[in-house]
Amino acid sequence: MISAQIQTASYLFASILFILSLGGLSSQTSAKRGVLYGIVGMAIAILSTVLGEGVEGQIYIVTAIAIASVIGILVARKVEMTNMPQLVAILHSFVGLAAVLVGFGSYLDPATHNIQGAEHTIHLVEVFIGVFIGAITFTGSIVAWGKLEGTIRSKPLLYPGRHLVNILLLIVCIVLCVMFTQMHGIDGMLYLYIMTAIACFIGVMLVMAIGGADMPVVVSMLNSYSGWAAAAAGFMLGNDLLIVTGALVGSSGAILSIIMCEAMNRSFFSVIFGGFGNAPAGAAREVTGEAVAILHDGVGQLLKDANSVVIVPGYGMAVAKAQYPVYEMVEKLKKDGKEVRFGIHPVAGRLPGHMNVLLAEANVPYDIVMEMDEINDDLSDTDVVLVIGANDIVNPSALDDPNSPIAGMPVLEVWNAKNVIVMKRSMATGYAGVQNPLFFKDNTQMLYGDAKDSVAKINAVL
Amino acid sequence: MKVGIPQEVNSMENRVGATPKTVKRLIKQGFEVLIEKGAGSKANYSDQSFEAAGATIIDGASALYQKADIILKVLAPTEAEIDLMHAEQVSLSYLSPAQNIPLLEKLAAKGVNAIAMDAIPRISRAQKMDVLSSMANIAGYRSVIEGANHFGRFLNGQITAAGKVEPAKVLVIGAGVAGLAAIGAAKSLGAIVRAFDTRMEVAEQIQSMGATFLTVDIEEDGSTSSGYSKVMSPAFIEAEMALFSEQAKEVDIIITTAQIPGRAAPKLVLDYHVAAMKPGSVIVDLAASSGGNCALTKSGEVYTTDNGVTILGKLDQLPTQASQLYGNNLCHLLDDMGKAENFKIDMEDDVVKRAMVTYNGKVNWPPEPLPVSPQKPKAVAEEKVQAIGPSADEIAKKKATSSLISLAVIGAFLYLLALVAPPEFMGHFTVFVLSVFIGWQVIWNVSHSLHTPLMAVTNAISGIIIIGGLLQTRGSLSNPMTVIAFIAILVATINIVGGFFVTHRMLKMFRK
Repeated sequence: MISAQIQTASYLFASILFILSLGGLSSQTSAKRGVLYGIVGMAIAILSTVLGEGVEGQIYIVTAIAIASVIGILVARKVEMTNMPQLVAILHSFVGLAAVLVGFGSYLDPATHNIQGAEHTIHLVEVFIGVFIGAITFTGSIVAWGKLEGTIRSKPLLYPGRHLVNILLLIVCIVLCVMFTQMHGIDGMLYLYIMTAIACFIGVMLVMAIGGADMPVVVSMLNSYSGWAAAAAGFMLGNDLLIVTGALVGSSGAILSIIMCEAMNRSFFSVIFGGFGNAPAGAAREVTGEAVAILHDGVGQLLKDANSVVIVPGYGMAVAKAQYPVYEMVEKLKKDGKEVRFGIHPVAGRLPGHMNVLLAEANVPYDIVMEMDEINDDLSDTDVVLVIGANDIVNPSALDDPNSPIAGMPVLEVWNAKNVIVMKRSMATGYAGVQNPLFFKDNTQMLYGDAKDSVAKINAVL
Repeated sequence: MKVGIPQEVNSMENRVGATPKTVKRLIKQGFEVLIEKGAGSKANYSDQSFEAAGATIIDGASALYQKADIILKVLAPTEAEIDLMHAEQVSLSYLSPAQNIPLLEKLAAKGVNAIAMDAIPRISRAQKMDVLSSMANIAGYRSVIEGANHFGRFLNGQITAAGKVEPAKVLVIGAGVAGLAAIGAAKSLGAIVRAFDTRMEVAEQIQSMGATFLTVDIEEDGSTSSGYSKVMSPAFIEAEMALFSEQAKEVDIIITTAQIPGRAAPKLVLDYHVAAMKPGSVIVDLAASSGGNCALTKSGEVYTTDNGVTILGKLDQLPTQASQLYGNNLCHLLDDMGKAENFKIDMEDDVVKRAMVTYNGKVNWPPEPLPVSPQKPKAVAEEKVQAIGPSADEIAKKKATSSLISLAVIGAFLYLLALVAPPEFMGHFTVFVLSVFIGWQVIWNVSHSLHTPLMAVTNAISGIIIIGGLLQTRGSLSNPMTVIAFIAILVATINIVGGFFVTHRMLKMFRK
């Protein structure tokens, strides 16, 4: 048993460690230390809670932690880096579920029934909000997981009047909240149930309405929600550590969402409320022309003749798991004295920074992996650009066609290079459903087929 | 198609239009190569080596001119040479078209399609055929070597048993290709190098070569869209001259490289500068052939002034190296024009239409200008944007008002909250708001490539909700709270362990 003061001190220490942990992620060199801080902080937080006064049922606690640790490690070991977005999404849903459960638990706790007056009302509001956010996070994350996994169609589900329905549901929840706070003991349980069901529904509809291309925003937004849910739980339990940590996570997720939105030149709200909200008037320009195909030998020859090569990966590389053969190719080209770099668009992939993780997995050194702004100016001096499974992020319409749905989105200006090779499975459009004039440019050639096979064949030529 | 390489008739010219290496390239491009007997001798390339590379040796210039479809020369053809040429023959050489209009007219009258290698536009795509750059590179290097040759001391500083040697100070005026090459060469010999240029954009290039960028206190940028610098204002020139006076007293070697195409070179080093220099100092004037940057330069001569300053008005051409690079430039141009098989004069092409100074019997000079400097258009665009939008002041004012309003709203909200909320809540609320601010500050620093690990870590950390479950566990399973708490702990732990573990896995993969 440790005293309340010691516990508070431990919580404070854990909070500091969490802040340092997030700060440590600012650079690759300090990132590992950051994770260590996080783990130590979490261990201190859990231990000081369990050892604190008034904790019962240690046997159940230890059992639950033991079972879950095994599951957690198994899942984390097995997951492939290409499936990282799905894992993150499903883990968010767990936080949401835990927040809902803690909310219910707090409501059931007899100790809270004796509070009177304004304090009681505030406590009930906290429970209500905590469960509400938790439930949205829970179902929203499950839908996001389904979309990333491919079990749910990635196309946005839009129906007329959906904003109205969402607002009505929100008003119902507020009314329920008012009625809930009038109840004593656990008489308000029914209202809590109804609200939970509504929140679950809102969570589903919110994410269903968002297209697959916007998933990086959705995942970071859900990350933010899971933080706010934890903060709300902190308020209802009067626990500062939960509040601090929840707030840190909440603001971190919010910033990531904003960064992603800026990278797509979309307003945060139009993404959150689904679809391409502010579609410009007038039809997008028709794209005509013929795409020229090239074979692996031709690509190999082009690469042999090139002095500088830039590789632009997209989600297609992740799907085909082509990062290993790509790195093999990079090694070969570098051995011949060519300058090889990667150009990464901020929203390439389905998770912020997804491509960086995949390339790191294949041992690509991070100092040849450039961000869009770093490499855009150099593209005009580049001999060959290899676009591997990317589409919207290299679409010139974003810059020159004001009627295009992706107009104004910053893109990698690969068409300025001398030669562009686009590896794609077919001529299908990308997630934004927009035709790409890049494919019809004179200096562009298409290499059809699975990215992994194609790169392996090019390697054979080299 | 036959390519012919005549011997240069000017006795001062040691270079030649092709070397055995470039002959091989030309043959690879599908050309048949004819070369006049002894053409490469002054550049140390023997007839045998040309023959071994696959060229046919022709005795006599007239036979060569008769047979060849394309002539590769270094200097502009003389009138006698033009007489040997025939209609539709393509000639590649230096021409200085701006100064040689009568020559162009003569070539046009003869029906020769002449390409002036020194009129190739200096755009990125044409860099590989830019003879001005490749020759300037050689001149810059050579200026240091010959300057050092006439300079009576070491260039680098040394501390030896016999005493200490001060490093020489070199001033390079004009940081074009030649200037930068000179900086590099002087630096690698160990000298202290300073460089001056009126174009602000080259400051970085100068520093990257290891020299100190000298500048005057007047804000004026000499950049132009052509890549050459403009004529500066009198105030600027005055300041520049004062700077040079100061430097002349200090430096040991001055290398001047300022040239303006089609015009006499600007006079930058004046008589009083030379007078101020220490005896034994050296001035290398790379602009000697167009009048010289130094007022005392004698073109084609090396002499020493009364106060002991040696002024070099001529440089060795380094003919072996120069012919190789010049020949490569020619090969690149022929490559661009379709090699032997598809050889075509494409007057739509940005490069060809500007370098082809006579075409189909007409003089095609001066060409339409083509901007090469990448920095200038940007600046213009920025100015435009500023002109359209509200001024910076207005934006700042608007921002100030809107942040005042939002602060007032927040203040009012906090006041109302404090009226109803219990003290304990206010304590928690303080913690909450401050944490949001901390999170906001910390996260902006996270690098883009680490966003996925960041997300996994924050995800793991948000598993802190486990504390809720821990506090709610009760002693017996019959209590519903225990069951709920049990599940909460279970899912939260999966989250914590999975999140941290997977982050660890990811970070392990990042390497430099």
